[in-house]
Amino acid sequence: MTTEELKKITANQIVDARGTACPGPLLAAKKAIGDIESGEILEILSSDEGTKHDIPRWCEKMEHDFLGILEEDSYSRLFLKKA
Amino acid sequence: MNNEIENQILELQKKLGKLEKGTKDQLSMVVFSGDLDKILAAMIIATGAAAYDMKVKLFFTFWAISSLRDPRKSVSGKNFISKMFGVMLPKGRNKIKLSKMNMAGMGTAMIKGLMRKHNVASLDDMFKTAGELGIEINICEMSMNLMGFKAEEMIDYPHMNICGVATFLADASESKVQLFI
Repeated sequence: MTTEELKKITANQIVDARGTACPGPLLAAKKAIGDIESGEILEILSSDEGTKHDIPRWCEKMEHDFLGILEEDSYSRLFLKKA
Repeated sequence: MNNEIENQILELQKKLGKLEKGTKDQLSMVVFSGDLDKILAAMIIATGAAAYDMKVKLFFTFWAISSLRDPRKSVSGKNFISKMFGVMLPKGRNKIKLSKMNMAGMGTAMIKGLMRKHNVASLDDMFKTAGELGIEINICEMSMNLMGFKAEEMIDYPHMNICGVATFLADASESKVQLFI
């Protein structure tokens, strides 16, 4: 997805994992994904650099659709669609 | 012709069933070291694996068992050597030390400060999360006895068992990932 497309997304759930280090954001995502339905969108806020590699890899394995990353000043917004 | 294909499918299903039974999406880890850094690594990998929906089974043995002691619990009826071991070995996960650069406790204190600064979860938090994620902790009975520990002085953890090497081997042989820390 392009940056413009990502900016238009309204996530069904946003989980704020800023200020936690590995594996905090991953565990937050795992917890939140249970609360949404298949096809819904989850947004993860993370200030941990490694999350940008971890979440796409996790999505690959769990068969969720990773949509992309939006960079903010001091954190990233990661979007995924639940399988 | 149709019958033949049907038979082949049945055969494949049987084989697939066996394969699925053979290796589960499971992580088995021997946690042997009782050092703070190594227990921390073990718990990060374990909780990470649980996020992958993997079943996680930790086999705590030898020095690692010290990290499972509950400092609030004391047990009676120990012999002299067991008591000595009990005094010499760290009483719980908040008393274990770094494997390197401990520097009489200064290094360990520093790393705990750095962990807070870098927002790394404490061992207390990690054990709590592990419990919530259903991570199994199995304690090796033989080494627990050898070190003079008793099951009654271990922490309250929702998925804890006392077992032997056969349990670990059965778990490990069914696991896709096996580690020794």
